[in-house]
Amino acid sequence: MRVMGFFDRLKEGLAKTRTVFTERVGGVLSRRKIDDSVYEELEDALLSADVGVGTTQYLLDRLAREARRQKLATADQLIPVLQSLVNEILDQGETELHLASQGLTVILVVGVNGAGKTTTIGKLAHRFRQEGKRVILAAGDTFRAAAIEQLCVWGERSGAHVVKQNTGSDPAAVIFDAIQAARARKADVLICDTAGRLQNKTHLMAELEKMYRVIVREIPEAPHETLLVLDATTGQNAIVQAKLFKEIAHVTGIVLTKLDGTAKGGVVIAIFQELGLPVKWVTVGEHLGDLEPFSASAFSAALFDGADVSRS
Amino acid sequence: MFDTLTNRLQSAFQRLRGKGRLTEDDVKEALREIRRALLEADVNHAVAKELTDRIRERAVGQEILQSLSAAQQVIKIVNDELTALMGGGQAKLANASKPPTVILLVGLQGAGKTTAATKLARYLALSEHRRPLLVAADIYRPAAIQQLQVLGAQIDVPVFAPGSDVPPPEIARRALDEARRGGYDYVLIDTAGRLHIDEELMDELRQVRAIAEPDETLLVIDAMTGQDAVNVAKQFHEQIGVTGAILTKLDGDTRGGAALTVRHVTGCPVKFVGIGEKPDALEPFHPDRMASRILGMGDVLTLIEKAQATINEDDARALEAKLRRNEFTLEDFLTQLQQMRKLGPLDQLLGMIPGMGKLNKNLQGNSVDEGQFRKIEAIILSMSVKERKNPELVMKSSGRRVRIAKGSGTEVRDVNQLLRRFDEMRKLMKQFSGMGKNSARALSNLAGQVKGRSTFGHPGSGKGKRRR
Repeated sequence: MRVMGFFDRLKEGLAKTRTVFTERVGGVLSRRKIDDSVYEELEDALLSADVGVGTTQYLLDRLAREARRQKLATADQLIPVLQSLVNEILDQGETELHLASQGLTVILVVGVNGAGKTTTIGKLAHRFRQEGKRVILAAGDTFRAAAIEQLCVWGERSGAHVVKQNTGSDPAAVIFDAIQAARARKADVLICDTAGRLQNKTHLMAELEKMYRVIVREIPEAPHETLLVLDATTGQNAIVQAKLFKEIAHVTGIVLTKLDGTAKGGVVIAIFQELGLPVKWVTVGEHLGDLEPFSASAFSAALFDGADVSRS
Repeated sequence: MFDTLTNRLQSAFQRLRGKGRLTEDDVKEALREIRRALLEADVNHAVAKELTDRIRERAVGQEILQSLSAAQQVIKIVNDELTALMGGGQAKLANASKPPTVILLVGLQGAGKTTAATKLARYLALSEHRRPLLVAADIYRPAAIQQLQVLGAQIDVPVFAPGSDVPPPEIARRALDEARRGGYDYVLIDTAGRLHIDEELMDELRQVRAIAEPDETLLVIDAMTGQDAVNVAKQFHEQIGVTGAILTKLDGDTRGGAALTVRHVTGCPVKFVGIGEKPDALEPFHPDRMASRILGMGDVLTLIEKAQATINEDDARALEAKLRRNEFTLEDFLTQLQQMRKLGPLDQLLGMIPGMGKLNKNLQGNSVDEGQFRKIEAIILSMSVKERKNPELVMKSSGRRVRIAKGSGTEVRDVNQLLRRFDEMRKLMKQFSGMGKNSARALSNLAGQVKGRSTFGHPGSGKGKRRR
């Protein structure tokens, strides 16, 4: 049901784009023999989904090999093969959230500015609340104006308690407080918000490292998950983002946000291949319920839908 | 991951030594590299294709002087084309003949509209001596209004915020009244982030636009945006009518190919770039610099400007003369170190030098140690002026070395190391000042020294040590 929900929503969003790749596939490609121009069109489709040059090349090479092996004759037969290649890669990822076997589960949420961390936390909190869990949110973004207030609104909406200090205070101290509060209140889940930071800012990454250390010091097996919130509209820079955040905060999975637009987030394929980081959740709107578990098959199907391959 | 395009092209042209003119076949591989560089920089694939076609036309038939310059020639063509595509010169902000000038900021969620609005207001107030009014028209995102109010207070610019119960078109109407009444000459309307395919919200934006009649509608777009920039720019432009763009988060390490896409799709110039989280981190957009950045050619102009701002030109000239005469002393070395620190973190500086991308990558994550700088500084400051001018004095006397170590809170070992490095550096500097082919290597050695991973620390590399 949930997977269908994600797929439907995605489809709904994608249907709004004007040139639909599959139409083209159905129309122009289907009767065509497989030649270089077919591969060129597929290359354009992959590139425009932000799959990236290297991964696109890799996928097309494998596709060509498969096509020879299976003796495929017409272009329309290529799409399902390509989809299954992508699916095969992403399906290896562990999408389940790792929760504490007993006691408090700590989730650290990191990412660049404007990726959608605070909103994602609101949605995650809502989800845990619906499962009947007690949730505490740590207002670890003490830098951005009104970030704390923003998290408080989400706390109210989802029914989660927010532990906060003033803007400008040490975020590691806020997280320390939140852990103590979570213990005292016997909470099931603690979700830690952090300020957005660009991965090349050494001092901000050091600040994040400190937050991570505080969590580990208090609860050695925590954080049980460190989620990198990644805007689906991000291009190739996402790879560097994932790499550096993984180094500093030991990211365990990705939340791919804003997937209800026209962006495909194809860069997550390269991220999984290079860093082994799976996508765990996707978000598809601004409402509390707009959070869905990642489905590799739905994602790889959507990757080729609505791609704008019209050329001037 | 990113090799600089310059390096790649140089290897692509390596085989062409001694040929007369570039043929289509010759440039084929180079063009593939160019296309790859553009795509890795997130330039839209269709735009990249168009560009490479144009570059092919211009490059074929070019005379080759030698392989290296063939690469440089092509780079120049690419750079020219990119710069031209991004609009040549710098674009100014619109100015209404009858105030107030209305600026509408639009874009996707999380692009940085609120921050950009604040920066723009500050720029207008401080650099242009105008009276801006910020308008909080994002009634959807929790605490968005409050965010603008806090930021407005920080920069001392009033914020008009009737609240989240008032529909945005109505907010715009009241804001204009307020601006006329209050004698403001700029009105900056911060709108809610929205998807370009969200019909309802795009319709709302059209209404705001109809009422506000903005002189400038700026698309705020994240510099990290990938291929989707084409859809975003196209939709916002077609539905709302964009007059320019602000490229945000350019202080990251993204190449920012989206800038090219936005310009290409809308025909509107990027007017400003956001380069930090603080309200003053806004700069006018320079197409030529952006071209270099997209290509990974380094931002030489920024480096030069930065250097000019911090380094006294006379000092630099005097230093150069000293280098040539081999009179470089520890005192000069200290001055240099201090100037370098004024410029900013070394790893950032290196990224701006063409061909240094690779070296920079090696340095990153292993960044140059500030502590190392401080140690060196302390040691030199613990020497007498005479000793600084004549390091041989210290080299010869162990008594002086012990005194200096004590004075600087370091070990004699550190003093010895510094002296050894300084000596090597002096030799390298001499080589470097000649600006020969080995300049890159010399610089990289230099960086190695500063990092403390000196190549001459290895056994066998220091002849003198062995003899002793």
